[in-house]
Order: sequence, then structure tokens, then C-alpha cells
Amino acid sequence: MTPMQKLLQLPVNAVNMVKTVQSQVQGFQEEAKSPVLTPDGGQQTWYNALQPDELRQLRSAGGGGLGGGGGAGDQEERAPLEEGGGITSGQTQLLRHDDLKEMLDSNKDSLKLEAMKRIVAMIARGKNASDLFPAVVKNVACKNIEVKKLVYVYLVRYAEEQQDLALLSISTFQRGLKDPNQLIRASALRVLSSIRVTIIVPIMMLAIKEAASDMSPYVRKTAAHAIPKLYSLDPEQKDQLIEVIEKLLADKTTLVAGSVVMAFEEVCPERIDLIHKNYRKLCNLLIDVEEWGQVVIINMLTRYARTQFLNPNVNESLLEEGGGGGEKTFYGSEEEDEEDVEDKETKVEAAAMAKRKPYVMDPDHRLLLRNTKPLLQSRNAAVVMAVAQLYFHLAPKAEVGVIAKALVRLLRSHSEVQFVVLQNVATMTIKRRGMFEPYLKSFYIRSTDPTQIKVLKLEVLTNLANETNISTILREFQTYIKSMDKDFVAATIQAIGRCATNIGEVRDTCLNGLVQLLSNRDELVVAESVVVIKKLLQMQPEKHSDIIKHMAKLTDNIQVPMARASILWLIGEYCEHVPKIAPDVLRKMAKSFTNEEDIVKLQIINLAAKLYLTNSKQTKLLTQYVLNLAKYDQNYDIRDRARFIRQLIVPTDKSGALSKYAKKLFLALKPAPILESPFKDRDHFQLGSLSHLLNAKTGGYQELPDWPESAPDPSVRNVEQEEVISTGEGRIGLLGDWREVPEWTKCSSREKRKEKKVEKPFYSDSEGESGPTESADSESDSASGSESGSGSEESGSGSESEESEDGSESEADEEDEEEEKEKKKKKKRASIKPVQQSESEQSSEEEEERNSGKKSKQRKSDSESESESDEEDSESESSQSEAESEDSESEAEVKKKKKVTPAKPTCKPAKKEGKKEKKEMSLLDLDDFEPAPSPQVTPVSTFLSNSLVTDLEGLSLTDSVLAPATIAPSSAMKSYELLHRITGEGLSVEYCFSRQPFSPDPHMVAVQVQFTNSAGSEAKNLHMEETKLQSGMRVKEFPEIEVLPAGETATVVMGIDFCDSTQAANFQLCTHTRKFFVSIQPPVGELMTPAFMTENEFKKEQGQLMGMNEITERLKLGDRCQSDHAIVQRVAAAANLSRVPCGSDKECRFAGRTVTSGSLVLVTVATREEGAAQLTVNCEKMVIGTMLVKDVLLALTQ
Amino acid sequence: MIHSLFLINHSGDIFLEKHWKSVVSRSVCDYFFEARENAGSPENVPPVLQTPHHYLISIYRDRLFFLSAVQTEVPPLFVIEFLHRVAEMFQDYFGECSEVVIKDNVVIVYELLEEMLDNGFPLATESNVLKEMIRPPTILRSVVNTLTGGSYIGETLPMGQLSTIPWRRSGVKYTNNEAYFDVIEEIDAILDKSGTTVFAEIQGVIEACIKLSGMPDLTLSFMNPRLLDDVSFHPCVRFKRWESERVLSFIPPDGNFTLMTYHVSTQNLVAIPVYVKQSIGFFESGSCGRLDLTVGPKQTMGKTVEGMMITIHMPTAVLSANLTATQGSHTYNPITKVLVWDVGKLNPQKLPNLRGSLSLQSGAPKPEENPSLNINLKIQQLAISGIKVNRLDMYGEKYKPFKGVKYVTKAGRFQVRT
Repeated sequence: MTPMQKLLQLPVNAVNMVKTVQSQVQGFQEEAKSPVLTPDGGQQTWYNALQPDELRQLRSAGGGGLGGGGGAGDQEERAPLEEGGGITSGQTQLLRHDDLKEMLDSNKDSLKLEAMKRIVAMIARGKNASDLFPAVVKNVACKNIEVKKLVYVYLVRYAEEQQDLALLSISTFQRGLKDPNQLIRASALRVLSSIRVTIIVPIMMLAIKEAASDMSPYVRKTAAHAIPKLYSLDPEQKDQLIEVIEKLLADKTTLVAGSVVMAFEEVCPERIDLIHKNYRKLCNLLIDVEEWGQVVIINMLTRYARTQFLNPNVNESLLEEGGGGGEKTFYGSEEEDEEDVEDKETKVEAAAMAKRKPYVMDPDHRLLLRNTKPLLQSRNAAVVMAVAQLYFHLAPKAEVGVIAKALVRLLRSHSEVQFVVLQNVATMTIKRRGMFEPYLKSFYIRSTDPTQIKVLKLEVLTNLANETNISTILREFQTYIKSMDKDFVAATIQAIGRCATNIGEVRDTCLNGLVQLLSNRDELVVAESVVVIKKLLQMQPEKHSDIIKHMAKLTDNIQVPMARASILWLIGEYCEHVPKIAPDVLRKMAKSFTNEEDIVKLQIINLAAKLYLTNSKQTKLLTQYVLNLAKYDQNYDIRDRARFIRQLIVPTDKSGALSKYAKKLFLALKPAPILESPFKDRDHFQLGSLSHLLNAKTGGYQELPDWPESAPDPSVRNVEQEEVISTGEGRIGLLGDWREVPEWTKCSSREKRKEKKVEKPFYSDSEGESGPTESADSESDSASGSESGSGSEESGSGSESEESEDGSESEADEEDEEEEKEKKKKKKRASIKPVQQSESEQSSEEEEERNSGKKSKQRKSDSESESESDEEDSESESSQSEAESEDSESEAEVKKKKKVTPAKPTCKPAKKEGKKEKKEMSLLDLDDFEPAPSPQVTPVSTFLSNSLVTDLEGLSLTDSVLAPATIAPSSAMKSYELLHRITGEGLSVEYCFSRQPFSPDPHMVAVQVQFTNSAGSEAKNLHMEETKLQSGMRVKEFPEIEVLPAGETATVVMGIDFCDSTQAANFQLCTHTRKFFVSIQPPVGELMTPAFMTENEFKKEQGQLMGMNEITERLKLGDRCQSDHAIVQRVAAAANLSRVPCGSDKECRFAGRTVTSGSLVLVTVATREEGAAQLTVNCEKMVIGTMLVKDVLLALTQ
Repeated sequence: MIHSLFLINHSGDIFLEKHWKSVVSRSVCDYFFEARENAGSPENVPPVLQTPHHYLISIYRDRLFFLSAVQTEVPPLFVIEFLHRVAEMFQDYFGECSEVVIKDNVVIVYELLEEMLDNGFPLATESNVLKEMIRPPTILRSVVNTLTGGSYIGETLPMGQLSTIPWRRSGVKYTNNEAYFDVIEEIDAILDKSGTTVFAEIQGVIEACIKLSGMPDLTLSFMNPRLLDDVSFHPCVRFKRWESERVLSFIPPDGNFTLMTYHVSTQNLVAIPVYVKQSIGFFESGSCGRLDLTVGPKQTMGKTVEGMMITIHMPTAVLSANLTATQGSHTYNPITKVLVWDVGKLNPQKLPNLRGSLSLQSGAPKPEENPSLNINLKIQQLAISGIKVNRLDMYGEKYKPFKGVKYVTKAGRFQVRT
């Protein structure tokens, strides 16, 4: 934009000229384009650079001024937008669009970008930019990432309107779906699924299915997001989408969980059966899911739990009703109705109780409550609210209290948050008043609160009022009455009225207070008081004739119609109590009748009629006078009423039977109005929901189901669930895939699975039966076994009660062993495979990519997951991704073992199909193969024969108490990467902690380093240099390797004294040509050596390491490490400790000494019922202790 | 979930709209405008409105309305919390959240909204992740961009989204590694006319500013964690460690963030640092009133009270105020009816006093109620609850960071009734 152009303004009449010029310009542009196509690079750039400027000059010359039309600067751009409906606006807009088109057609990215920015700005302001569609869509393949992004924005906005043109862009996205980069795949899917064009539904479906089995969790997450999009576009796809959802629900990563549950809620919330098998996993993942996902999952689980578990409050509610009778008496007139209902309820419940065993909480129910509780500490108000409603709807009454504190905390948040929270608190306080009583003062009102908040707080305070705190509350109310905010004052008076009705003791006080308010100067206050007093008096009028008299006097002063009407009604209703005053009031009213408001007039007629009936002597004439006045009133209601009443009360010849009953009609005993909270019974809506807030069912609201009525036998339910799980998993694991997933994904998953199976033994070989992982699902058999065994024995306390577990425990053990055996068999069968694997590792990169795409993919996922766990060992989430690989196998096993074969018939034909397509698939697979990012850890390769290791192990560990299986020597051999093949230019180096004593220096940790030369040429003079160490640390270098021929491996041992810290040792690894900076960081478990002691010694030492040196942690054992075996194995894998014999079978003890200082490290794992356990670590070095606790915890809980 | 978002300014213009599903006509906002008119003040607009086809959920923040349209059941707090997150993100990106700034950066805003929601479901709400994808504008960059036509969209792909610690970006590097913690405590209190405490509690927050390279793993421990009654954490804090050891263990996000908020148990009596002697009265006749305020320090633990400010919302009948202050300045805004007395530092030797007369609208009845006083104050280097940070340890990185803790006590919702 040149300054000259900025100065120029667009004259109205110039527009047409400009347009003609522009068409010329376009012609010119077309001409100009042809040389652009020539291969001459220099010329091309020249054109590009010149074109826009030249054009502008041309045009500005032709138009005589083109500021607005040019629209290239911000100033000009904004001007036409603000013009609104001027004559020129339409034309200038057209003009500007032409200009934008031109910019979009140019070859310069910066121009395109500028144009796109302006277009997006137009969209943001809600201006129509749809006519630019053809010009924009062309740029969808633009290389510039920024332009591309903005084009996507545009596409998503306008594709619906220009369906045909939008199709042009599809191929770009399809290409994007195959990109090796997961982020690009994800964004392609995201945009593709956001384009609401019905024709591409099949393409979207394919893309979603493919992405659902993508190896990147991020892409899978995007797929989950895409499901509801497709569903809203074409609900007919529901069945297929449910299949995808089912598949994604089984996903083990936290990234996916929230999104897929969201999709579940939108597409098939009624398919609660899909949740069964994922329930425990979701519970366990919950804390690590991102906050928005947490909200969705918790809300869904609330609904789920309502269908699956028993009401934990059955017992309590019975007790409560018995004791609650005393409380109920305050409820005045409500009393009768409520008690009726409650009586019925009580009876029903009592009947049910008679049949039922004492309540025992389902362990799954407990799991949900336990795992959601920490989320009350979330910073996100929505999460806190979600947990709160879950507790409110699901928790035993005694435990609901914990949510109060968190909800009160939210009251410090933004006023909108307060608004919603208070609404929910108001509902809760009706059912569970005691919960919020300690926080009464937090609901006190400040003068600066917005009115709607004040009113809600008032509601809560009123609900919380009882005879003990009423005096404080009333004192507080007194200050509120003085507020400037009149709506609030009115609400306060009503609140006082409600307190008075509910709490008998203060009724008189309240009434007196309200009567005092009658002399308030503010009319609104007086009027509201009158109305409330009227309601109160209706309860016991005979006592309060003096108040009625007082109010009668007020008729002279009060002008608010509602208040006057209320007073008149009162006097009429209780005219017997004020026989002298009533006629006088009527006299006064008759005098002012014509000036009164309609509502007051009606009440005057009413009063007259009642007086006529009770005291006709004095009031006959007055009544007739009033009726006559009313007869000629302007308002037909009043005329009608007068006519009607005259007929009714004045006996004439014609008047029928009705007039006999006039007295009964008018002076019937009227029930006192019920003053109750508007929040009563709102809790049949799920709290925290929009429906609850609006007190009306909204679209898409899922009713909160009632608790299952008849108590389902828990063991039956468990078995049932087990079956569901096993069949479901079977489907997912092996059979289902063929049936459910389209052909082209079937194979890939099938193949992957096959691979996993093959690899699994390799894993389990190295890490023993347990491995570091545990799937939440596969626990079902062992866990449910113990559950069903114990269920009947548990006492009815509702909390996790003690139980004798011997029987169930051993059951689980047996099962475990069985599983183990099976696994071992498998291992043997497939024990050749690992070798191949390690070979492939050494093979050159290209080869690998070509031949073993799948393999490396597999490996990558392994390494990915493991590196995760490495990065943050304390974060439990990593376990989930690790679990992935092992899961399918165990699932399959479960299936086999159970011999549950509902899916079997489909199995065979599907298998064939799968095989047929295997080849096609691998081709496709290559497409989205992604080069593995440099993995930090690769699975252990089998270069060291396991036998050797065990041999060595045998030398150092002589404790005969230990069964050979209890120590997992190979798991200690988990190897870490020191130098990656690529960075090392063909030289890859791995190290592992061999757990051997380092003979040259006993204070050093032995590190076994393995060099693999996969480069083309030999490496020479491998040695280390320049160690950079923290103070105190020492390194014993390994002997130099003189020559390492291509393709060979060599292993050396070095010693490092880590000074009992997990600081890394840094040094340089040198070859004859290069130097590499590397570092070795030990896991804390490797900093110790086993120590041998007796039980007594152990106890003695432990006794000395109490207090600060003892760290105790409660944990829930992962379901696959319930047995002693597993525990020992896992602890041994996590730390280099030896087992100490122990008399109790409920405890496992381990001992060791740190390598450098020889400080004792004692670990005790005491198992409790139901997989609960307590881990105690005693260690002189507190840092080591805490870190070790973390590691062991992680190992045990997975 | 969230269908569309409209940004509406104070005068009721829709200046930005964004749709995540099909386009919702902006006429849907008319229902909102109607409610806005009925409500009187913007704070009183109901956050949730029902219209024939949509539900409107809105927040009011920084004189702007963020209005979202939803069509189906959704937890209202979910939307409200998200909208606040959006506003915070604008604040974070542009330094303030105002109409002008949003209009100036409309493309960035649009990109942000695009990334934050996918099909109405929150996608990336961590500022660190977003900043990797969309760079916030800086003066230097905007100059460079206008010259070169450069970009604000990050060249790198956001890897943070993929990691298990999405709040921290990878490859952070600083030459000076620093970690600062501000322990800020606010006293929420209601005092009655005579100065006795009706209700008082302490709410604390720990704001952190962490500039550390790599992936530091920090552990913060307190001298007296028992004081803390109720806490909420940034997602980075490991809850289990807190449960068992009462220490904060976390891998921090890069830059500024709120580490935790806490509430100090109410059993402990809250020290009220100042007292106010007040007498505000209106005369029955003559359309005038008088005001006399004196403030003085009460329990300040030997520290000076600074930034003392008293705000009074006067009854509508008060036309003007003729006051003299012995210290600080005072202003009365006759339109909003707000009297502000900025006292400044509290001098215990010479207590600040404000006195004078108030003139009322002639003929108006004597105001029934007395206005309450809202008090602001600040005490440096004091956490009124007595909480103390014990130590900060860093694991996982080798360098020695510079560490600092600062304590401040402020008045939160501190109100004196008269």
C-alpha cells in the first residue's frame, strides 16, 4: 500500500469506471500469466514482485482514486464495514472481493496470507464471504502452513453452502490422512470431518475407522472427536459409529478416554452395556485424563453406577426416617403430606429390607467413589461440580459430606460459577442439610453481590435454618432488610416467612419482626411484609387478632395494591376476630372505592360479602353501596363479580339453592399456603446439569435412572459382568475385529496383534509373568473371584469392611498360576522370534523400512510407551500405554480359558477373509508408516543369553528361600539407550544394570555397555573421555575396544559410583572419528545391592529406622500382582533387593544396602484384603527412600 | 456441546462470532439483549437463558459478554469455565482482554478459538500448547511481520499436545534459571457496625513464575501444612504426594501459573489487620448527612499496612459529598454513587480521618440504610495465616536455580457494615 493510495478516496460515481477497468485488468492479468508459466525462474519472480503493485497503479490511474476499492490497508478495510447500508457498500464489497481474489490468485504467499487474514476477519465479524469460495479453495494445497490453516478455517465455515466446490478440497485431506506426521494426519481428519457435506459421508466414515486404529493416540483422539460430527451429519451411520466407539472405548490412553466418552454420550448414551468392560479402566484412568474429559466421564459414570449398583443409603434412609420424625414437626402443614409419602416409602423399604441382606457396597462402586475423590481438588469448577454431583447421587450418606468444602470453595470464583454452584447447593441443602451447616457463614451476603447471587444465597440460608442456628440467621436477615437492593429485601422478607413456617419456635419472633416492618418507610417492604404476614396468620389466626387490628390501621397509609388487597382479605377472612373494626374498614373502603386499583376493588367486594354474611345488621347498607358502585365499574371483571355476589348473598325469590350455602362458600376453612423452596424435588434431575438449572428437561438430557429396585445378587452380577467382559474382550481382541472393522483395517489390526502375540513371550521372558504392566480389564477374573467369594461375608458397614480372604485369595492364586503356565507354554512356542527382532534392529534403516514396516511400528510403540514411563516414573498414567501391548494377549487368554464362545461361529469365515487381505494391507500400511522417532529406550534385546545372567545371578544370590521364579533377573536387564544408531552414525550403544557386584570397586554400580556397529565400516578405538561428574561421583572406565567390525557387537562393563544419588554420569564416548556426549542415569532401584538377613535382624534394623526414615504408603495392588509371586517379582524388578524370609504370608520383606554408603534399605509390603496393601520403606537416606517408594508403588499398582 | 460463540461489547454490538458446527444466526442474541435490558446491571444477567431453539450461556468479564449458544444438555459450569478460560487466554496473549485488542488481533483470536474447541468440545486449553501453535503477538514481531509479511503461526508442530504433561513445552532453555513463588493471602471478612467479626476467613493462592530449563521436577514443602484446610491444585501437582506427605511435587509449566489455592481452616481465629471507626448518618430534615471515618491498624504483626482504600456505595439519594481527609485523596462519583477514599500507607501515630457532610437530593426521604464499606489493603512480607514455605527442591536437572518466595496479605472481600 503506497501512501498515495491511502490518501485517495473512492468517489461514488467512480465505481462503475473502476469495474470496467478491473475487467481490463483481469484480462491483462491473464495475459501476464502466460509468461509466468515459462520455466525462466528469473522472469517469474519479477512478475510476481511487480504484479500487485502494477495492478494497483493501473487501477488507481483508471479509477481516479481507489482507496476503498483497493482495500489493501487496514484503514480502508474497516471503513466499508462500518458503512452499513450505504449505496456504495454492496459495490465496494464486490470490488474488495475482486481484489481479494486477485491476491489469492497471486503466487506470493505473503499476498495470499494477507488476503486470507482479511477474509477470516470478515468471517469473524459475521460478514458474508461465500462468493470467494472458488478462489479460496484453490489454495487448500498451498505449501505455506499459515495460509493453509486459514483456508481450513474458511472451508469449515462455508463448505456447507458450497458443497460441490468443497469437494475439490477433499483429495488434499485424503492425502493428509496418509502423512507420516501424526499431527498432520490428525489435522487433516479434523478438517475433513468438520466439512458438513453429505456426499463425503462414506469418505469420512473410512477415515474415522482408519484413524481409530492409528498408532498415534492423538490421531485416535481426533477420530473420537470426528464421530459426533459424522453422526450429526448422517445419523444413519449410527451402527457403524458405535462399532468405532466400542473400539475406542477399549483404548488405554488418557488422551483418548475423554473424547471417546464424549462421542459415546452424543451418539449412543443408551448403550450402557458398552461401558461394562471399560468401567474399571475408566475409573483408574480418570485422574490423568484432561479436565474436560473428566467432566464428561464422571457424568457418564454417575448414570452408569445408578444402573449397576445398589442404593448405598437404603439402611440409612430407614434409620433416618425413624429419627427424622422429630425434625419433621417443624414442617408445619407440609407435615401431613410428606409424612404420608414417607410412611409409604418406609413401608416399602422396610419390606424390602426384610428380604434383603445387609447392604454391602460393590467394590466397583467403591472404586468409583475413591478414584473421583481427589478430583474435588481440581482447579476446574466443572470438574469439582461433576464429582460433587456424583457423590450426591451415589455415595453413602456418611461420605457425601466431603463435597461441601469443595463446593464452598467455588463460591469464591466468578459470579457465573457462583450462580450455578449455589443453585446446586440449594437443591442439596433440602435433602442433606447437615452437610452445609458448618459452612453457614460462607453463605452470608455481601452488599456487593449481584442480586441473583444474593437471592440464591438467601435460599440456601433459609434451607439451612434450624432451631439451633435460626437466631443467627434471623439476625443476619435483619441487616439484609436494610439493604438498598429492594428486590433483595423482598426476597429476605419471604425468606423470613419461610423460616417462620418451618421453625415453630421462632414464628412469633418472626411475626413480630415483620409487624415492625409494617412501619417501614419503604412501601415495597411493607407490602411484602403484609403478604408474608397474611400467609403466616393463616396458620393460627385466633392468636393474632391484635396484629390484624394493627394491619387494619395500615390501610390508611399503605398504597401498594397487593398489600391493601392482602389486608382486606385478612380482615374479611377473620372478621369474627375483629368484629368492631371490620365494618369500619369497609366503610372507609367504600368511600375510596372508585379510586382503588382493580385488585383492591375485588377484595373490597369480597370483604363486603363476608361481612354481610356474618354481620348483616351493621353492614347491609354498606355492602349494597359497594355492590352498586361495582355494578358501574369500568372493569368487566368487577362488574361480573358484583353481579355474582349479589345473587349469591342477597336472598331473593329467584335465587336458588346456592344462596343457602353462601356462608359455607365464603367462609370455608382455607388451608394455609405452603411456603416451600422452589428447589424442592429438583434433585430428580442430575445435579450440575443444564436441565437441573432450568428445572426443565433439555434436549439430549439423559434421565438419571433410579437405583435398581430389587437387590440384584452381587455375585450373580459379578459373574454376569465377567461374562460380558470376557466375551466383549474376545470380540475386541480377536474375533470381533474381523466382524466389525472394515476390510482394510481388519488386516492391519490382525497383523499387529499377531505380531504382539509373537513378541509377547519375548517380553514376558524378560520380565517374568507380571511385567511392569497390568490392564485394568484383565483383572476381572482374579478380582471377581475374590469378590464373589467375599461378598456374602462382608458386614453391612458400607465402607470397605474387613473380611477373611483366605479362600478367595488362594483361588486367585491358582488362577494366576494357571495363567502363568499358559504363558510359559506360549513363550516356548515363540521363542525363536526375538532373535529375528534383534537382527532387524541391526539391519540398515532403509531395509527395515521396506521390509519390516510393521515390525518397526510395533517396536516404536513399545519404545514410546517405555520412554514415557521413563520420563516421569511417578506418573501412573504411563502404565496405561504400556499395558497396551500386553493386553490383547491376556484378553485372548481369558477368552480361551473361559471357553466362552458366543462369537465363535463368525470366527472361521472371518479368519479366512483376514488372511486373504493380509497382503493388501501391508501395502497400505507402508503408506502411513512413520519413521520411528529416536527411542530413548528399546526393549531389551537378547544379545545376552538369559542363561548366563541367571547363572551369574545364582552366584550372588544364594538365598535358598527364594524360588527361582521370584527373582526376575532378566527384568533387571532392562536396557537403556546410550547412543542411538542414527546419531551415532551407525554405532548404537545400549547399557543396562547387570546387578553384579563390580569387582574392582565394591562401591560402584556395574553398568554393562553393549556396542553395536551397524554402520558400513568398522569402528575403532572405542573409549570414553572427559567424564563430567557431580562432586563425589567416580567412574571406572571400561577398557578400550580397539576395533569393532561392521555388524558386530561388543560388550564391556564399567563401574560408576553414583554416590547414592540419581544424578546422571556424563561423559564422552569416542571413536576414532567422532565424540558423542552421553549420560547414564540410574533408576533408584539400581543404586543398591541385595543384603541378606534373617527375620529377626530385619525387625531389629527396621526398629532403628523409624520416624523420619520410614515412609509408608497405602496402595491398591494391581490386579495381576495380588499373589506373593507377583509382588516379589515386581519389587525385585524395581529394585535390586533380596527377599527376607518371613513368617507371615501377608508380608513380603526385602532388604538391601546402597552401593556407595552401604545404608540399609528395607522394604515391607503387607497385603490386606481386596488387593489393598501397605508399602513401608525404611532407609537412612530419605531421598533414596522416597524415590524408591515411588518406583515400587508404580511397579505394584500397575 | 458449545455450538457458537458471540463476543458482545458493553453497548450491545456483536463484534465477533465463531461457529463450531452449523452457523447459528446472530439473531439468537436478541433474547440475550432482552434479558440484559431486564436485568439492569450487567452482573445481573442470568448466566443461562432458555430460548426456543438454543440455550444461551454467558459470562460477563472485562466489560465484555462472552455468549455461547448450545443446543443440547451440557453441564453449564463446563461452558462457563471454558468461557473464562478463553478470556484468560486472551489476557495471556494480548495483555488485556478488551474489544479493541480482540478486534486488532482478530485473526489470532479466530485461530485460537479454532484450536481450543473441536466440534464444541475443548481440545487444547493449555496456554503452553497453544503458544507453540500460535505465537502471541509482541511489538517486535508485529513490526517485523508488517515489514516482511511474516507469520504468527508457529512453524513447529505442537508436540506438547501429544505428551503426557501437556502443560509444559519441551526444550525450554534459560540462561538464568529462576523459580519465584508469591504466596498471596486474602482476608474475606464481614465486620458489623461495632467492629466485631461476623465472618472471616483466609483464602490463599500461590502464584508461581518458573523459568527453568529442561524438565525440572520440583518439590515444595511447607513448615506448617496443617494450616491448610482445603486446597485446589494446578493439574501438574501430584495429588498422591500431597495426600501422603503434604508436599507439592510437580513438573511446572513454563512461565506464570497458579500453583495452588488454599483455604485456611476457620478454627484459627483470623487476625483482622485494621479497624474502622465510622459514623455515617442522615438527618431527618435538611437533606443532608454526615460522615466520619477513622481507620487504624489492629493486628498487623508489626508490618505496615499499605494501599489502604475504602470504597463506599452510597444510597442513590446522595448527590454530592463535601469531605476533608487528613491523609490520602478521596473522590465521589455522583453517577455511580461511589465514594472512594485512597488512604495509602497507614500511619499508626497519626490515624487517617475522613469527615464532612453529604448532601442529599432535596425532597427525597432519608435513606433507610447505611452503606457498607469495602476495604482494600495490602501488607507486604506477611502471610496472615502464618503459612511458611519450608524449602524447594529440584530433581531431574543439574543446574542450580535461583529461588525466591514472597508473601503478601491483601484484603479480599472485606466489608464493614454500618
